[in-house]
Amino acid sequence: MISLNVNKKAYQLDADPNMPLLWAIRDIVGLTGTKYGCGVAQCGACVVHLNGEAVRSCVTPLSRAAGQEVVTIEGLSENNNHPLQLAWKELDVPQCGYCHSGQLMSAAVLLRENSTPTDQDIDDAMAGNICRCGTYSRIRKAIHKAAELQKQGR
Amino acid sequence: MSASTLSRRKFLQISGVAGSAFCLGYYFVSGATEATFLNPVSNNDQDGNIEMNAWISIHPTGKVTIFSHRAEMGQGVYQAIPQIVAEELAVLLEEVKVVFAQGDNKKYGSQVTGGSSTVRNSYKNLLKLGATAREMLLEAASNKWSVPKTECYAEAGHIIHRPSGRKFHYGELAAEASKLPVPENIELKPRSEYKLIGKPLKRLDTPLKTNGAAGFGIDKRLPGMLFAAVEHNPRLRGKVKSFDDTAARKIPGVKDVFSLIIKVHNTEREGVAVVADSTWAAIQGKKALKIEWDDSGFEHINTADIYSRQKEKLHTEEGLISRKVGDPDEVLARSTKKIEALYQTPYQSHACMEPMNCTAHYQGDKVEIWGPIQAPDWIQGFISDEMGIDKDNVIVNLTFLGGGFGRKAFTDYPHEACLISQKMGVPIQLLWTREDDMTQGPYRPGISYRCEGVVEDGMISAYKARMSGQNIDHWRSDKRDVANRNTSEGFLKPYFDSLKNVSFAEVQFETPIPVIWWRSVYASTNGFAYESFMDELAHEAGKDPLEFRRQHLEETRLHNLIDKLESVSNWKNRPKNGGYGVAITECFGTTVGQVVKVSKVPGGGIKIDQVWVVVDCGWYVNPDTIQAQMEGSIVMALGAATAHQITFKDGLVEQSNFHSYQMPRIMHAPPVEVHLMENDENAGGVGEPGLPPFAPALTNAIFDLTGKRIRTLPFDINAV
Ligand code: FES
Ligand code: FES
Repeated sequence: MISLNVNKKAYQLDADPNMPLLWAIRDIVGLTGTKYGCGVAQCGACVVHLNGEAVRSCVTPLSRAAGQEVVTIEGLSENNNHPLQLAWKELDVPQCGYCHSGQLMSAAVLLRENSTPTDQDIDDAMAGNICRCGTYSRIRKAIHKAAELQKQGR
Repeated sequence: MSASTLSRRKFLQISGVAGSAFCLGYYFVSGATEATFLNPVSNNDQDGNIEMNAWISIHPTGKVTIFSHRAEMGQGVYQAIPQIVAEELAVLLEEVKVVFAQGDNKKYGSQVTGGSSTVRNSYKNLLKLGATAREMLLEAASNKWSVPKTECYAEAGHIIHRPSGRKFHYGELAAEASKLPVPENIELKPRSEYKLIGKPLKRLDTPLKTNGAAGFGIDKRLPGMLFAAVEHNPRLRGKVKSFDDTAARKIPGVKDVFSLIIKVHNTEREGVAVVADSTWAAIQGKKALKIEWDDSGFEHINTADIYSRQKEKLHTEEGLISRKVGDPDEVLARSTKKIEALYQTPYQSHACMEPMNCTAHYQGDKVEIWGPIQAPDWIQGFISDEMGIDKDNVIVNLTFLGGGFGRKAFTDYPHEACLISQKMGVPIQLLWTREDDMTQGPYRPGISYRCEGVVEDGMISAYKARMSGQNIDHWRSDKRDVANRNTSEGFLKPYFDSLKNVSFAEVQFETPIPVIWWRSVYASTNGFAYESFMDELAHEAGKDPLEFRRQHLEETRLHNLIDKLESVSNWKNRPKNGGYGVAITECFGTTVGQVVKVSKVPGGGIKIDQVWVVVDCGWYVNPDTIQAQMEGSIVMALGAATAHQITFKDGLVEQSNFHSYQMPRIMHAPPVEVHLMENDENAGGVGEPGLPPFAPALTNAIFDLTGKRIRTLPFDINAV
């Protein structure tokens, strides 16, 4: 049994400790917001927070997350109202939307660490997240927008 | 959002089934006839919704459901269809519930979401069925109140009696309204009165896509469901000779291992399936398989050979003429100043962010499917034929698609999922790994072009183009003696009226590589060749390339677009050799012009400073969606031009994941400015036409800056 805390809820998982966190979250815990895109740390679709750090869950073995705090897209905010989520909605960032759980989770760490990111900061922090639909320019705008909202205390 | 609330309704006799869904090539004609879509098709579903017609249901509480008969893969139909219907139905868009319709082309006409066709082929129908339902609700209200219908009006989901101010919400009228005869000759609103259409309204699917709530194919869960992965032959089209599953069966969670064969067009793909209780266990099992493949016959497939054969054919064969005006050969033969160029474009993977997957539940005489599927009605027919199940018992449910680009209109992965569920007797979810997706195809074909032309007195006197590459239609039919009618796709059609001598031909080229349409299809490669060559001709003529195009076009609509492009990019004031390039292409009823501005990066390489886009898609629904599609198309085009390609060595695909098939990332996305032409012409497509002009506009800009012509894609932008 591996104990795991996902979005502030405790789980006991009967699973192979080598199973990537991604599949444990999706197939066992049953939260499907975190996505599979490549399985080899190339695309960022699977990004979750492990003790507050952005990690690629497709290459994070369950054993490494045991007893730790995991936050997935479902736990990013209570009501879809994290400043990034508000900005994403205001600018209609997603197209197919498949990459955006990972985009948002990567951006959330950036915004926590850096309340006024420059374009360069954004490029650096978001370089690991592929968007095949090409929503990049909106992602950049929305992160700036979210930084503003965050400053206004939203 | 599940479509399960759409219980099977009995249809009234439907005469004149769905119009001509002719499937040669990639033009999809939407075809539910009026009789089909205007008739209320039954009474209540299990939730008590009352069906006004195939697209509109109204619950007695007043909640309106609008069905999206097409797939949402990012292009915005989940927004566009309701935005159109709600306009004439007079309901608030925020209050509408959107549900994906199941595959059923008797009811909806073609549901194949491809060819940028949803709005342009359906909008007139959608407006009409919204208006028809509204009129029936008006009629019902006036009957109830015993007042003339002319004293009533519809607004925000209510019918209001103007003199008295009394009102009914639609739910109070739907039962009665749905039984009324369908009115004819309904007048549609003039565009000037639109409240929703033409406005940059927020997408209805966005909130679902910011908190993990949107249900993609891969997110489908069913009680008792198992997970499956399939090891496919890494060598294209090889067969399974034998396999050893001892190690695979020892992986905890693995339930079964078996080989299977699915259809890929008119050939087969073989593999070994592993079924387990989690995706991870299935993938582990797949890795543990020891398979002996019979590869005979396909080891010869090599990229270098493909292009050298194409080149040779372009120099020895005239090919099948698809389009011809005048006699370019005669002009070319007599001219001493002929110019000629060869262009080469690569094979491409669609690499949808959501890899292929499908959930299937086989139940003997019935099979139900959930998945990211672009063509639910095709899948329904295909599975019915292949598995011998009555078509009405093949239920295809749409989920959101994590990208499609043409790949998910194909039948292979749903077929595989159905076979695995049949074998296992329980619902299963099949997932292709990224490696499966990248190494198995089908791909966009790599195509070579030979263009020849003559400029006399500053004008084109001959333009001859030949293409050689795999014809996508050959995979679906044995008819090889017809010209590919899409060889000229992308070339502005009005040129055929203004150029005196022009011809396009297809030089037939075959390989066993599976190919299929890829966003903007032939235009995605044609555009590069034809608009590069137009630039070469302009250079030969010593003319400004934008002015050169204008001089060869007589149509006002195109002149307007060129004028706009000229002004938004400040084209006339650009410095000489300042790194500006232009390209204009047309496909799927929409013309897009782009100007790209580039500059040199100190130390080597090229930077894209700005892209200006002018779109003429006629009547349109949501300008913000159009802008997003242009932005996205440019990033996809940038990837195909500078970042990635599929190559073959000894029958094996050399790329397997994003490390070897590099994608543009956030720092590569150039600033894009989009302008829309305003006119009342018929609606054109939006999802694809923004892609073809980008690569030639970029390479034309590089030529302007550096004098270097790039004729082969992809190229290394950092090494120019
Ligand atoms: S799925 Fe983890 S980085 Fe791509
Ligand atoms: S929105 Fe489709 S992959 Fe990013």
